[in-house]
Amino acid sequence: MSAENREAEIIEVERAAGKVVEGVALMSTEGFSPRYDLDRWTGEISRPGHAVEGENIKDKVLFFPTAKGGIAAGWAFHDLKTKGIAPKALVFGVTNPVMVQGAVFAGITITEGWSRDPFEVVRNGDTVRVDPSNKRVEVLRRE
Amino acid sequence: MQLTREEERMLGGALGEAPRQALELQLEVGEFFGAERLVPVSNVHMMGDVEVMGDGGLEFMRRMAELGARCAVNTTTNARCFDFDYVERLNQDAGMAEKERGLISLLQRMGVMTADTCINYQSLYQPHLGEHVAWGDTGTVIYANSVLGARSNFESGPVAFAAALTGRTPAYGFHLDERRRGNILVQLEAAPKNLADWGAIGKLVGENHQDYFAVPVFVGVEESPTADDLKHLGASLASHGSMGMFHMVGVTPEARTVEDAFGGGRPRVVTVTDEDVEDLYAGYNTGDGSANLVVFSGPQLSLYELKTLSELLEGKKVREGTTLIVTTNRGNKCAGEKLGYLRKIEEAGGLVLEGVCFYILDSIARLRVENGWGNLVTNSAKLANIIAAHKFNPILRRTEECVEVALTGRVERP
Repeated sequence: MSAENREAEIIEVERAAGKVVEGVALMSTEGFSPRYDLDRWTGEISRPGHAVEGENIKDKVLFFPTAKGGIAAGWAFHDLKTKGIAPKALVFGVTNPVMVQGAVFAGITITEGWSRDPFEVVRNGDTVRVDPSNKRVEVLRRE
Repeated sequence: MQLTREEERMLGGALGEAPRQALELQLEVGEFFGAERLVPVSNVHMMGDVEVMGDGGLEFMRRMAELGARCAVNTTTNARCFDFDYVERLNQDAGMAEKERGLISLLQRMGVMTADTCINYQSLYQPHLGEHVAWGDTGTVIYANSVLGARSNFESGPVAFAAALTGRTPAYGFHLDERRRGNILVQLEAAPKNLADWGAIGKLVGENHQDYFAVPVFVGVEESPTADDLKHLGASLASHGSMGMFHMVGVTPEARTVEDAFGGGRPRVVTVTDEDVEDLYAGYNTGDGSANLVVFSGPQLSLYELKTLSELLEGKKVREGTTLIVTTNRGNKCAGEKLGYLRKIEEAGGLVLEGVCFYILDSIARLRVENGWGNLVTNSAKLANIIAAHKFNPILRRTEECVEVALTGRVERP
Protein backbone atom coordinates (compact mmCIF):
# COMPACT_ATOMS: atom_id res chain seq x y z
CA MET A 1 0.00 0.00 0.00
CA SER A 2 1.36 3.43 -0.90
CA ALA A 3 1.98 6.06 1.75
CA GLU A 4 -0.91 8.04 0.35
CA ASN A 5 -3.25 5.10 0.65
CA ARG A 6 -2.07 4.41 4.17
CA GLU A 7 -2.83 8.03 4.98
CA ALA A 8 -6.38 7.49 3.75
CA GLU A 9 -6.86 4.70 6.25
CA ILE A 10 -5.98 6.64 9.38
CA ILE A 11 -7.81 8.94 11.77
CA GLU A 12 -5.80 10.82 14.35
CA VAL A 13 -7.54 11.31 17.69
CA GLU A 14 -6.97 14.07 20.24
CA ARG A 15 -7.23 12.18 23.51
CA ALA A 16 -7.13 8.50 24.29
CA ALA A 17 -6.90 5.96 27.09
CA GLY A 18 -6.64 2.19 27.28
CA LYS A 19 -4.94 -0.65 25.46
CA VAL A 20 -4.42 -1.22 21.74
CA VAL A 21 -7.44 -3.12 20.44
CA GLU A 22 -8.71 -4.42 17.11
CA GLY A 23 -12.32 -4.95 16.21
CA VAL A 24 -15.13 -4.53 13.73
CA ALA A 25 -16.33 -0.96 13.32
CA LEU A 26 -19.90 0.10 14.01
CA MET A 27 -20.48 3.59 12.64
CA SER A 28 -23.23 5.77 14.06
CA THR A 29 -24.32 9.23 12.97
CA GLU A 30 -26.11 9.63 16.29
CA GLY A 31 -24.72 9.98 19.82
CA PHE A 32 -24.84 7.28 22.45
CA SER A 33 -25.83 6.56 26.00
CA PRO A 34 -25.12 3.06 27.37
CA ARG A 35 -28.13 3.50 29.63
CA TYR A 36 -30.78 4.84 27.34
CA ASP A 37 -29.96 3.57 23.89
CA LEU A 38 -29.01 0.05 24.82
CA ASP A 39 -30.58 -3.20 25.92
CA ARG A 40 -28.20 -3.84 28.80
CA TRP A 41 -28.79 -7.59 28.75
CA THR A 42 -28.20 -8.30 25.08
CA GLY A 43 -25.92 -5.44 24.00
CA GLU A 44 -28.32 -4.43 21.24
CA ILE A 45 -28.99 -0.77 20.47
CA SER A 46 -32.65 -0.77 21.38
CA ARG A 47 -33.85 2.82 21.47
CA PRO A 48 -36.50 3.11 18.76
CA GLY A 49 -35.29 5.29 15.93
CA HIS A 50 -31.62 5.32 16.96
CA ALA A 51 -29.31 5.58 13.95
CA VAL A 52 -27.93 2.07 14.57
CA GLU A 53 -31.00 0.52 16.17
CA GLY A 54 -30.82 -3.27 16.11
CA GLU A 55 -27.02 -3.46 15.93
CA ASN A 56 -25.11 -5.25 18.67
CA ILE A 57 -22.17 -3.53 20.35
CA LYS A 58 -20.42 -6.65 21.67
CA ASP A 59 -16.71 -6.65 20.74
CA LYS A 60 -17.23 -3.78 18.30
CA VAL A 61 -15.27 -0.58 17.88
CA LEU A 62 -18.01 2.01 18.23
CA PHE A 63 -17.87 5.36 16.42
CA PHE A 64 -20.22 7.95 17.91
CA PRO A 65 -20.20 11.70 17.23
CA THR A 66 -21.33 12.59 20.76
CA ALA A 67 -22.03 11.20 24.22
CA LYS A 68 -25.48 11.36 25.73
CA GLY A 69 -26.93 10.69 29.12
CA GLY A 70 -26.09 11.25 32.71
CA ILE A 71 -23.97 9.97 35.48
CA ALA A 72 -25.24 6.39 35.46
CA ALA A 73 -23.09 5.60 32.43
CA GLY A 74 -20.13 5.48 34.81
CA TRP A 75 -21.17 2.06 36.05
CA ALA A 76 -22.73 0.88 32.81
CA PHE A 77 -19.60 -0.13 30.87
CA HIS A 78 -18.29 -2.15 33.79
CA ASP A 79 -21.66 -3.88 33.95
CA LEU A 80 -21.49 -4.66 30.21
CA LYS A 81 -18.02 -6.08 30.71
CA THR A 82 -19.22 -8.28 33.56
CA LYS A 83 -22.03 -9.55 31.34
CA GLY A 84 -19.58 -10.27 28.50
CA ILE A 85 -21.23 -7.88 26.04
CA ALA A 86 -18.85 -4.93 26.19
CA PRO A 87 -17.51 -3.16 23.10
CA LYS A 88 -13.76 -3.25 22.34
CA ALA A 89 -13.43 0.51 22.05
CA LEU A 90 -15.35 3.77 21.96
CA VAL A 91 -14.24 6.31 19.37
CA PHE A 92 -16.06 9.56 20.12
CA GLY A 93 -16.10 12.83 18.22
CA VAL A 94 -16.96 14.68 21.41
CA THR A 95 -17.40 12.87 24.68
CA ASN A 96 -18.01 13.81 28.30
CA PRO A 97 -16.22 12.89 31.52
CA VAL A 98 -18.76 10.24 32.48
CA MET A 99 -18.02 8.17 29.38
CA VAL A 100 -14.30 8.46 29.98
CA GLN A 101 -14.61 7.56 33.66
CA GLY A 102 -16.85 4.62 32.86
CA ALA A 103 -14.65 3.30 30.06
CA VAL A 104 -11.41 3.62 32.05
CA PHE A 105 -13.02 1.93 35.06
CA ALA A 106 -14.18 -0.93 32.84
CA GLY A 107 -10.86 -1.21 31.01
CA ILE A 108 -12.42 -0.32 27.65
CA THR A 109 -10.33 1.75 25.24
CA ILE A 110 -11.75 5.21 24.61
CA THR A 111 -10.77 8.14 22.38
CA GLU A 112 -12.07 11.63 21.66
CA GLY A 113 -11.63 14.00 18.73
CA TRP A 114 -11.34 13.13 15.05
CA SER A 115 -8.78 14.59 12.64
CA ARG A 116 -11.31 13.93 9.86
CA ASP A 117 -14.82 12.67 9.33
CA PRO A 118 -14.59 8.95 10.15
CA PHE A 119 -17.32 8.20 7.61
CA GLU A 120 -14.81 9.18 4.90
CA VAL A 121 -12.34 6.63 6.22
CA VAL A 122 -14.14 3.73 7.86
CA ARG A 123 -17.13 1.76 6.67
CA ASN A 124 -19.45 -0.29 8.82
CA GLY A 125 -17.95 -3.75 9.22
CA ASP A 126 -14.33 -2.77 8.49
CA THR A 127 -11.79 -4.15 10.94
CA VAL A 128 -9.95 -1.32 12.66
CA ARG A 129 -7.15 -0.94 15.19
CA VAL A 130 -7.39 1.66 17.94
CA ASP A 131 -3.98 2.67 19.27
CA PRO A 132 -4.33 5.05 22.24
CA SER A 133 -0.61 5.63 22.84
CA ASN A 134 -0.12 6.80 19.24
CA LYS A 135 -3.52 8.50 19.29
CA ARG A 136 -4.77 6.96 16.10
CA VAL A 137 -7.34 4.66 14.57
CA GLU A 138 -6.51 2.75 11.42
CA VAL A 139 -8.36 0.49 9.04
CA LEU A 140 -6.83 -2.99 8.89
CA ARG A 141 -9.26 -4.80 6.62
CA ARG A 142 -12.14 -3.72 4.47
CA GLU A 143 -15.45 -5.43 4.93
CA MET B 1 0.74 14.63 36.45
CA GLN B 2 2.38 16.43 39.36
CA LEU B 3 1.81 14.50 42.57
CA THR B 4 2.40 15.65 46.13
CA ARG B 5 4.49 13.54 48.47
CA GLU B 6 1.31 12.28 50.11
CA GLU B 7 -0.13 11.30 46.73
CA GLU B 8 3.09 9.51 45.80
CA ARG B 9 2.83 7.52 49.00
CA MET B 10 -0.78 6.70 48.27
CA LEU B 11 0.12 5.54 44.78
CA GLY B 12 2.87 3.38 46.27
CA GLY B 13 0.31 1.65 48.48
CA ALA B 14 1.51 3.11 51.79
CA LEU B 15 -2.06 4.06 52.70
CA GLY B 16 -3.55 0.73 51.68
CA GLU B 17 -4.60 -1.12 48.55
CA ALA B 18 -8.04 0.47 48.19
CA PRO B 19 -6.86 4.11 47.97
CA ARG B 20 -3.99 2.98 45.73
CA GLN B 21 -6.40 1.47 43.21
CA ALA B 22 -8.69 4.48 43.52
CA LEU B 23 -5.88 6.91 42.80
CA GLU B 24 -4.70 4.87 39.84
CA LEU B 25 -8.18 5.13 38.29
CA GLN B 26 -8.32 8.87 38.95
CA LEU B 27 -4.90 9.42 37.39
CA GLU B 28 -5.84 7.61 34.21
CA VAL B 29 -9.03 9.68 33.86
CA GLY B 30 -7.13 12.88 34.72
CA GLU B 31 -4.45 12.15 32.15
CA PHE B 32 -7.08 11.71 29.45
CA PHE B 33 -8.19 15.29 30.07
CA GLY B 34 -4.68 16.63 30.45
CA ALA B 35 -4.99 17.34 34.19
CA GLU B 36 -1.71 18.54 35.69
CA ARG B 37 -2.53 17.89 39.32
CA LEU B 38 -5.09 16.67 41.80
CA VAL B 39 -7.11 18.99 44.04
CA PRO B 40 -8.34 18.10 47.53
CA VAL B 41 -12.12 17.77 47.77
CA SER B 42 -14.17 18.52 50.88
CA ASN B 43 -17.24 16.50 50.01
CA VAL B 44 -18.23 13.57 47.79
CA HIS B 45 -21.68 12.68 46.49
CA MET B 46 -21.95 9.37 44.66
CA MET B 47 -24.40 7.32 42.70
CA GLY B 48 -24.44 3.83 44.15
CA ASP B 49 -27.42 1.54 43.71
CA VAL B 50 -27.77 -1.94 42.28
CA GLU B 51 -30.02 -0.99 39.40
CA VAL B 52 -27.33 1.32 38.07
CA MET B 53 -24.14 -0.53 39.02
CA GLY B 54 -25.28 -4.05 38.25
CA ASP B 55 -23.82 -7.25 39.70
CA GLY B 56 -20.34 -6.30 38.53
CA GLY B 57 -20.47 -3.03 40.43
CA LEU B 58 -21.80 -4.76 43.51
CA GLU B 59 -18.95 -7.26 43.37
CA PHE B 60 -16.47 -4.39 42.99
CA MET B 61 -17.88 -2.72 46.10
CA ARG B 62 -17.62 -6.00 48.00
CA ARG B 63 -13.94 -6.29 47.04
CA MET B 64 -13.28 -2.70 48.11
CA ALA B 65 -14.94 -3.33 51.47
CA GLU B 66 -12.81 -6.44 51.92
CA LEU B 67 -9.72 -4.35 51.18
CA GLY B 68 -10.73 -2.17 54.12
CA ALA B 69 -11.73 0.86 52.02
CA ARG B 70 -12.77 3.87 54.13
CA CYS B 71 -14.04 7.29 53.06
CA ALA B 72 -11.45 10.01 53.63
CA VAL B 73 -14.04 12.82 53.39
CA ASN B 74 -17.79 13.13 54.00
CA THR B 75 -19.50 11.07 51.32
CA THR B 76 -23.23 10.84 50.63
CA THR B 77 -25.31 8.79 48.22
CA ASN B 78 -27.63 9.86 45.46
CA ALA B 79 -31.23 8.75 45.03
CA ARG B 80 -31.55 4.97 44.71
CA CYS B 81 -33.91 2.49 43.09
CA PHE B 82 -35.94 1.29 46.09
CA ASP B 83 -38.02 2.81 48.84
CA PHE B 84 -38.16 -0.40 50.87
CA ASP B 85 -41.60 0.50 52.24
CA TYR B 86 -43.00 0.36 48.72
CA VAL B 87 -41.34 -2.70 47.18
CA GLU B 88 -44.49 -4.83 47.49
CA ARG B 89 -46.94 -2.08 46.73
CA LEU B 90 -45.12 -1.28 43.47
CA ASN B 91 -44.45 -4.97 42.76
CA GLN B 92 -40.70 -4.46 42.43
CA ASP B 93 -38.18 -7.31 42.34
CA ALA B 94 -37.69 -8.66 45.89
CA GLY B 95 -34.34 -10.24 44.99
CA MET B 96 -32.99 -6.93 43.74
CA ALA B 97 -34.28 -5.21 46.87
CA GLU B 98 -32.29 -7.69 48.93
CA LYS B 99 -29.15 -6.88 46.90
CA GLU B 100 -29.81 -3.19 47.46
CA ARG B 101 -29.98 -3.75 51.21
CA GLY B 102 -26.67 -5.61 51.00
CA LEU B 103 -25.09 -2.77 49.05
CA ILE B 104 -26.32 -0.18 51.55
CA SER B 105 -24.71 -2.07 54.41
CA LEU B 106 -21.45 -2.38 52.43
CA LEU B 107 -21.44 1.36 51.75
CA GLN B 108 -22.11 2.15 55.39
CA ARG B 109 -19.28 -0.17 56.43
CA MET B 110 -16.94 1.93 54.29
CA GLY B 111 -18.15 5.15 55.89
CA VAL B 112 -20.56 6.28 53.16
CA MET B 113 -23.57 8.20 54.51
CA THR B 114 -26.47 6.66 52.63
CA ALA B 115 -28.56 9.81 52.45
CA ASP B 116 -30.14 8.72 49.16
CA THR B 117 -30.90 12.13 47.78
CA CYS B 118 -30.36 13.99 44.53
CA ILE B 119 -30.91 17.35 46.25
CA ASN B 120 -27.95 17.22 48.61
CA TYR B 121 -27.34 20.88 47.72
CA GLN B 122 -30.71 21.80 49.22
CA SER B 123 -30.73 19.42 52.14
CA LEU B 124 -27.26 18.39 53.18
CA TYR B 125 -24.31 20.47 52.11
CA GLN B 126 -23.82 23.78 50.32
CA PRO B 127 -20.18 24.14 49.27
CA HIS B 128 -18.99 27.74 49.06
CA LEU B 129 -17.56 29.76 46.18
CA GLY B 130 -14.42 28.08 44.86
CA GLU B 131 -14.75 24.95 47.01
CA HIS B 132 -13.75 21.75 45.22
CA VAL B 133 -16.10 18.78 45.55
CA ALA B 134 -16.60 15.50 43.68
CA TRP B 135 -20.30 15.08 43.02
CA GLY B 136 -22.32 12.70 40.94
CA ASP B 137 -25.81 13.13 39.54
CA THR B 138 -25.61 15.78 36.91
CA GLY B 139 -28.26 17.94 38.59
CA THR B 140 -26.16 18.22 41.75
CA VAL B 141 -23.06 19.16 39.77
CA ILE B 142 -24.64 21.88 37.68
CA TYR B 143 -26.21 23.38 40.81
CA ALA B 144 -22.91 23.32 42.71
CA ASN B 145 -20.97 24.91 39.84
CA SER B 146 -23.56 27.45 38.81
CA VAL B 147 -25.55 28.56 41.82
CA LEU B 148 -23.01 27.97 44.57
CA GLY B 149 -19.84 28.69 42.64
CA ALA B 150 -18.31 25.47 43.91
CA ARG B 151 -16.25 23.30 41.56
CA SER B 152 -17.04 19.80 40.35
CA ASN B 153 -17.13 17.73 37.21
CA PHE B 154 -19.75 15.07 36.60
CA GLU B 155 -18.21 12.37 38.79
CA SER B 156 -19.91 9.09 38.05
CA GLY B 157 -20.16 6.31 40.64
CA PRO B 158 -16.74 4.62 40.33
CA VAL B 159 -14.71 7.84 40.27
CA ALA B 160 -16.80 9.61 42.91
CA PHE B 161 -16.16 6.61 45.12
CA ALA B 162 -12.46 6.84 44.25
CA ALA B 163 -12.51 10.50 45.32
CA ALA B 164 -14.12 9.44 48.59
CA LEU B 165 -11.19 7.12 49.26
CA THR B 166 -8.41 9.48 48.19
CA GLY B 167 -10.00 12.81 49.22
CA ARG B 168 -8.94 14.25 45.87
CA THR B 169 -9.93 14.59 42.27
CA PRO B 170 -8.02 15.40 39.07
CA ALA B 171 -8.06 19.11 38.23
CA TYR B 172 -9.68 19.24 34.79
CA GLY B 173 -12.91 20.69 33.45
CA PHE B 174 -14.88 22.82 35.88
CA HIS B 175 -12.13 22.79 38.50
CA LEU B 176 -10.26 25.20 36.20
CA ASP B 177 -11.10 28.90 35.75
CA GLU B 178 -10.91 28.79 31.96
CA ARG B 179 -13.59 26.10 31.64
CA ARG B 180 -16.04 28.03 33.81
CA ARG B 181 -16.41 30.96 31.48
CA GLY B 182 -19.60 31.33 29.51
CA ASN B 183 -19.68 30.60 25.77
CA ILE B 184 -23.38 30.94 24.89
CA LEU B 185 -25.40 34.06 25.59
CA VAL B 186 -29.05 33.26 26.26
CA GLN B 187 -31.25 36.32 25.93
CA LEU B 188 -34.28 35.48 28.03
CA GLU B 189 -37.37 37.10 26.57
CA ALA B 190 -39.59 34.82 28.56
CA ALA B 191 -41.08 35.29 32.01
CA PRO B 192 -40.99 31.85 33.61
CA LYS B 193 -43.64 31.53 36.31
CA ASN B 194 -43.43 27.88 37.13
CA LEU B 195 -40.84 25.17 37.78
CA ALA B 196 -41.86 23.53 34.52
CA ASP B 197 -41.23 26.81 32.64
CA TRP B 198 -37.67 26.86 33.97
CA GLY B 199 -37.24 23.23 32.96
CA ALA B 200 -38.63 24.04 29.52
CA ILE B 201 -36.05 26.81 29.10
CA GLY B 202 -33.36 24.32 30.12
CA LYS B 203 -34.59 21.92 27.45
CA LEU B 204 -34.70 24.61 24.75
CA VAL B 205 -31.12 25.67 25.47
CA GLY B 206 -29.76 22.23 26.30
CA GLU B 207 -30.94 20.11 23.43
CA ASN B 208 -29.66 22.57 20.84
CA HIS B 209 -26.17 22.77 22.34
CA GLN B 210 -25.37 19.29 23.60
CA ASP B 211 -21.89 19.72 24.96
CA TYR B 212 -20.47 19.22 28.45
CA PHE B 213 -18.32 22.31 28.03
CA ALA B 214 -21.06 24.57 26.70
CA VAL B 215 -21.67 27.13 29.45
CA PRO B 216 -24.80 29.21 28.82
CA VAL B 217 -25.10 32.67 30.33
CA PHE B 218 -28.65 33.85 30.93
CA VAL B 219 -29.41 37.54 30.71
CA GLY B 220 -32.73 39.34 30.94
CA VAL B 221 -34.04 37.50 33.98
CA GLU B 222 -36.62 39.84 35.44
CA GLU B 223 -37.95 38.03 38.46
CA SER B 224 -35.41 36.63 40.87
CA PRO B 225 -35.60 32.83 40.62
CA THR B 226 -35.96 30.60 43.68
CA ALA B 227 -33.64 27.74 44.53
CA ASP B 228 -36.25 25.31 43.17
CA ASP B 229 -36.48 27.29 39.91
CA LEU B 230 -32.71 27.05 39.48
CA LYS B 231 -32.77 23.39 40.43
CA HIS B 232 -35.23 22.63 37.61
CA LEU B 233 -33.35 24.81 35.11
CA GLY B 234 -30.04 23.16 35.97
CA ALA B 235 -31.35 19.60 36.01
CA SER B 236 -32.91 20.17 32.61
CA LEU B 237 -29.78 21.75 31.07
CA ALA B 238 -27.71 18.86 32.39
CA SER B 239 -30.13 16.24 31.16
CA HIS B 240 -30.93 17.67 27.72
CA GLY B 241 -27.58 19.27 27.04
CA SER B 242 -25.14 17.21 29.11
CA MET B 243 -24.10 20.62 30.52
CA GLY B 244 -22.29 21.05 33.83
CA MET B 245 -22.50 24.77 34.37
CA PHE B 246 -24.49 27.91 33.59
CA HIS B 247 -24.38 31.53 34.65
CA MET B 248 -27.24 33.93 35.28
CA VAL B 249 -26.18 37.54 35.29
CA GLY B 250 -27.04 39.21 38.57
CA VAL B 251 -28.07 35.89 40.11
CA THR B 252 -25.18 33.42 40.18
CA PRO B 253 -21.90 34.27 41.92
CA GLU B 254 -19.51 34.17 38.97
CA ALA B 255 -21.73 36.40 36.82
CA ARG B 256 -21.99 39.74 38.54
CA THR B 257 -21.86 41.24 35.04
CA VAL B 258 -21.95 39.87 31.49
CA GLU B 259 -18.20 40.53 31.12
CA ASP B 260 -17.60 38.68 34.37
CA ALA B 261 -19.46 35.61 33.04
CA PHE B 262 -17.71 35.48 29.66
CA GLY B 263 -14.23 36.50 30.76
CA GLY B 264 -13.61 38.17 27.40
CA GLY B 265 -14.82 35.32 25.18
CA ARG B 266 -17.11 35.98 22.21
CA PRO B 267 -20.34 34.08 22.69
CA ARG B 268 -22.89 32.61 20.37
CA VAL B 269 -26.25 34.26 21.03
CA VAL B 270 -29.59 32.51 21.35
CA THR B 271 -32.97 33.90 22.38
CA VAL B 272 -35.72 32.15 24.32
CA THR B 273 -39.19 33.69 24.27
CA ASP B 274 -42.49 32.93 25.98
CA GLU B 275 -43.72 31.71 22.62
CA ASP B 276 -40.87 29.19 22.42
CA VAL B 277 -41.90 27.87 25.82
CA GLU B 278 -45.58 27.63 24.80
CA ASP B 279 -44.60 25.85 21.57
CA LEU B 280 -42.59 23.39 23.59
CA TYR B 281 -45.60 22.47 25.73
CA ALA B 282 -47.75 22.19 22.63
CA GLY B 283 -45.19 19.91 21.01
CA TYR B 284 -45.83 16.97 23.32
CA ASN B 285 -47.98 14.28 21.80
CA THR B 286 -50.91 13.66 24.15
CA GLY B 287 -52.28 10.74 22.12
CA ASP B 288 -55.90 10.01 23.09
CA GLY B 289 -55.63 12.43 26.02
CA SER B 290 -55.82 9.79 28.71
CA ALA B 291 -53.28 10.01 31.51
CA ASN B 292 -53.10 7.50 34.30
CA LEU B 293 -49.70 8.51 35.67
CA VAL B 294 -48.57 11.85 37.08
CA VAL B 295 -45.08 12.08 38.55
CA PHE B 296 -43.34 14.75 40.59
CA SER B 297 -39.71 13.64 40.71
CA GLY B 298 -36.34 14.20 39.08
CA PRO B 299 -35.04 15.98 41.13
CA GLN B 300 -36.61 14.96 44.44
CA LEU B 301 -38.98 17.56 45.85
CA SER B 302 -37.94 20.21 48.32
CA LEU B 303 -40.06 20.89 51.38
CA TYR B 304 -41.42 23.96 49.55
CA GLU B 305 -42.49 21.87 46.59
CA LEU B 306 -44.19 19.42 48.95
CA LYS B 307 -46.04 22.32 50.56
CA THR B 308 -47.24 23.60 47.18
CA LEU B 309 -48.47 20.16 46.18
CA SER B 310 -50.24 19.64 49.48
CA GLU B 311 -52.09 22.91 49.01
CA LEU B 312 -53.11 22.03 45.46
CA LEU B 313 -54.33 18.59 46.54
CA GLU B 314 -55.95 19.47 49.84
CA GLY B 315 -59.47 18.09 50.06
CA LYS B 316 -59.32 16.65 46.53
CA LYS B 317 -59.06 13.11 45.18
CA VAL B 318 -56.79 11.69 42.52
CA ARG B 319 -59.02 10.07 39.93
CA GLU B 320 -59.63 6.35 40.33
CA GLY B 321 -57.23 4.50 38.05
CA THR B 322 -54.70 7.34 37.98
CA THR B 323 -51.46 7.08 39.94
CA LEU B 324 -49.80 10.13 41.44
CA ILE B 325 -46.21 9.58 42.52
CA VAL B 326 -44.05 12.06 44.41
CA THR B 327 -40.43 11.43 45.38
CA THR B 328 -38.41 13.24 47.99
CA ASN B 329 -35.69 12.49 50.48
CA ARG B 330 -35.98 11.15 54.00
CA GLY B 331 -35.51 14.51 55.69
CA ASN B 332 -38.14 16.31 53.63
CA LYS B 333 -40.60 13.44 53.97
CA CYS B 334 -40.14 13.50 57.72
CA ALA B 335 -40.56 17.28 57.90
CA GLY B 336 -43.51 17.13 55.51
CA GLU B 337 -45.15 14.61 57.79
CA LYS B 338 -44.69 16.83 60.85
CA LEU B 339 -46.02 19.85 58.97
CA GLY B 340 -49.09 18.03 57.66
CA TYR B 341 -48.13 18.27 53.97
CA LEU B 342 -47.75 14.54 53.61
CA ARG B 343 -51.19 13.81 55.02
CA LYS B 344 -52.85 16.12 52.48
CA ILE B 345 -51.02 14.52 49.56
CA GLU B 346 -51.69 11.00 50.77
CA GLU B 347 -55.32 11.64 51.63
CA ALA B 348 -55.79 12.82 48.07
CA GLY B 349 -54.40 9.47 46.96
CA GLY B 350 -50.79 10.40 46.14
CA LEU B 351 -47.86 8.10 46.90
CA VAL B 352 -44.87 9.82 48.48
CA LEU B 353 -41.70 7.77 48.07
CA GLU B 354 -38.48 8.57 49.88
CA GLY B 355 -34.87 8.14 48.82
CA VAL B 356 -35.67 7.34 45.20
CA CYS B 357 -36.05 9.02 41.88
CA PHE B 358 -38.80 7.82 39.56
CA TYR B 359 -36.69 7.04 36.52
CA ILE B 360 -34.21 4.81 38.34
CA LEU B 361 -36.86 2.80 40.21
CA ASP B 362 -36.03 -0.87 39.88
CA SER B 363 -38.17 -2.73 37.33
CA ILE B 364 -39.57 0.54 35.97
CA ALA B 365 -39.98 -0.79 32.43
CA ARG B 366 -41.91 -3.81 33.70
CA LEU B 367 -44.03 -1.64 35.99
CA ARG B 368 -44.98 0.49 33.01
CA VAL B 369 -46.33 -2.53 31.18
CA GLU B 370 -48.04 -4.08 34.22
CA ASN B 371 -49.78 -0.85 35.14
CA GLY B 372 -50.69 0.06 31.59
CA TRP B 373 -48.86 3.37 31.91
CA GLY B 374 -48.40 5.23 28.65
CA ASN B 375 -48.69 8.98 28.97
CA LEU B 376 -46.62 10.23 31.90
CA VAL B 377 -47.39 13.79 32.92
CA THR B 378 -44.75 15.64 34.93
CA ASN B 379 -43.54 19.14 35.74
CA SER B 380 -39.93 17.96 35.42
CA ALA B 381 -38.27 18.55 32.06
CA LYS B 382 -35.45 16.28 33.20
CA LEU B 383 -37.79 13.40 33.91
CA ALA B 384 -39.62 14.04 30.64
CA ASN B 385 -36.30 13.56 28.85
CA ILE B 386 -34.98 10.49 30.62
CA ILE B 387 -38.13 8.46 31.02
CA ALA B 388 -38.66 8.14 27.27
CA ALA B 389 -35.88 5.56 27.38
CA HIS B 390 -38.27 3.26 29.23
CA LYS B 391 -40.88 3.77 26.52
CA PHE B 392 -43.17 6.05 28.51
CA ASN B 393 -44.70 8.91 26.56
CA PRO B 394 -43.70 11.92 28.68
CA ILE B 395 -45.67 15.16 28.66
CA LEU B 396 -44.32 18.26 30.37
CA ARG B 397 -46.89 20.45 32.08
CA ARG B 398 -46.91 23.16 34.76
CA THR B 399 -47.32 22.02 38.35
CA GLU B 400 -50.97 23.09 38.66
CA GLU B 401 -51.81 21.46 35.34
CA CYS B 402 -50.16 18.21 36.46
CA VAL B 403 -52.35 18.19 39.56
CA GLU B 404 -55.41 18.82 37.39
CA VAL B 405 -54.43 15.85 35.21
CA ALA B 406 -54.15 13.68 38.32
CA LEU B 407 -57.67 14.71 39.39
CA THR B 408 -59.28 14.20 35.98
CA GLY B 409 -57.16 11.54 34.31
CA ARG B 410 -57.11 13.71 31.19
CA VAL B 411 -54.29 15.66 29.59
CA GLU B 412 -55.20 18.22 26.99
CA ARG B 413 -53.15 19.98 24.35
CA PRO B 414 -52.69 23.61 25.39
